[in-house]
Amino acid sequence: MNSRVTQRLVQAAFVASIALLWHFATASGRVAPLLLPPMPAVGHELSALAADADFWPDLRTTLFELVMAFLLAAAAGTAAGYAVSRTRYAVRTFEPLMAGMYAVPAILLFPLYVLFFGLGPGSKIAIGATIAFFPVALSTITGLSGVNRLYLTAARSMGASSGQTFRLVMLPAALPAILAGLRIGANAAFMAILGAETIASFAGLGHRIVSMAESMDTAKMFANIVLAMSVAAMINIAVSAAEKRGWKHEQA
Amino acid sequence: MTPAAPAIRVQNVSQTYGAAGDPRRVVALGGASLEIARGEMVCLVGPSGCGKSTLLNLIGGLATPESGNIWIDGEPVRGPQPQKVAFVFQESALFPWRTIQENVELGMEFQGVPVSERASRARESLATAGLSAFASHYPRQLSGGMKQRAQLARALALRTGILLMDEPFAALDEQTRMVFGEELSLLLANAGKTIVLVTHSLTEAVFLADRVAVFSARPGRIKQIVSVDEEHPRRQSFMTSPKLAQLRNELYDLLHDEIRSTMNLPAAEPGQ
Repeated sequence: MNSRVTQRLVQAAFVASIALLWHFATASGRVAPLLLPPMPAVGHELSALAADADFWPDLRTTLFELVMAFLLAAAAGTAAGYAVSRTRYAVRTFEPLMAGMYAVPAILLFPLYVLFFGLGPGSKIAIGATIAFFPVALSTITGLSGVNRLYLTAARSMGASSGQTFRLVMLPAALPAILAGLRIGANAAFMAILGAETIASFAGLGHRIVSMAESMDTAKMFANIVLAMSVAAMINIAVSAAEKRGWKHEQA
Repeated sequence: MTPAAPAIRVQNVSQTYGAAGDPRRVVALGGASLEIARGEMVCLVGPSGCGKSTLLNLIGGLATPESGNIWIDGEPVRGPQPQKVAFVFQESALFPWRTIQENVELGMEFQGVPVSERASRARESLATAGLSAFASHYPRQLSGGMKQRAQLARALALRTGILLMDEPFAALDEQTRMVFGEELSLLLANAGKTIVLVTHSLTEAVFLADRVAVFSARPGRIKQIVSVDEEHPRRQSFMTSPKLAQLRNELYDLLHDEIRSTMNLPAAEPGQ
């Protein structure tokens, strides 16, 4: 058996053992169903979600916020990264500044954004975009300023104009780093948006989860958490697939 | 262009790295002069840091000399001249995100050659370099020697009169270098190009060159020029001939003290 197959088996066994632990904890009656509902109850709620009239608008709200936040962060982050990468001086000045700001928990800005943009999607888009901006900008700087000098020299020797050098040499050379930044940004934006929804919101997956916790409907709450986790997993799979396409020469 | 003008003329060229007063300021070239005739193959050898690669970049117009003049076909060099001069660098200068064919086409793309002509010229030069079967491979799928042939194909496709090669063998193992050297000699004898090649290997320099320019230690000057009187293309038998060994030893004698001086060792006394 090759190592890839055994890795998959170990991963499956790990997930199965968590499910088993969950099952025994609830079946033995030692854990109150209010704190940890039995698995079949969660499964039942999960299948009932599709029929829930409130579910689809909430999912749509969260996904809308995510897409808007991601697009804003992608546009602003790559533009800022490009601007900084233009000169060595700007890289040395602004890269540490941005790295420092990235380390600050930007979720602290959320109350301010609620004041600015209200309790609706606006404040969620703003916090998601803020948090996703930094990894996108930083990896764009890394990618564009780290292009092998020899590639640039070779391009110049073959008569490349500055526009051609950017489009045909720098951009493809930096693409893997930029795509990695976009993937990290997409995941960070999703986390920030769900977190923000649980703090103050009118709608969205985070909003549902909080209101179910408040009404002590834990089985329903767990069903929504499982769903949010699978949305996160799907986002990750989608952006990783996009990232791999940019790396096609590395796989052959 | 004056018909009598040499392909490359370098007159008293100096180049310094670092600002005046900076303790790390380095005079890489200290007044080098050289004339290279059309169709001639000249190798540059010398201690590390003597400015061989600097001179190559100056000839190619990738940098501007601090003082002195360089002419290509009788015209002063003011920047890269992709119509006249093509470069072959060390092996990592192929673009990893492009196939070999796409790499070869890139220079022509920069210069606005129509798409259909690009493809046919690339196929032609890949065939010359013996890489037709690898046109759609990516560089990382090729061996070191094949990558260098791909770079050579990229340079040949530009159809320039001059080829500048900056340590094209540096990353290759010795056996590959020797075989590649033979191929290069055959290929270049037919191409009729003017070639300047920087190398660390004295054997290679003698094997390939019509003339070998020996540099002094930094600040680099051309200390002496050694002619290699042997027909092209050169065969394996020349590689192992006493003639090659004798010329190589001559180069080594010329370089010996220069290399010692770059290592901060005193010059060896005669008779030791």
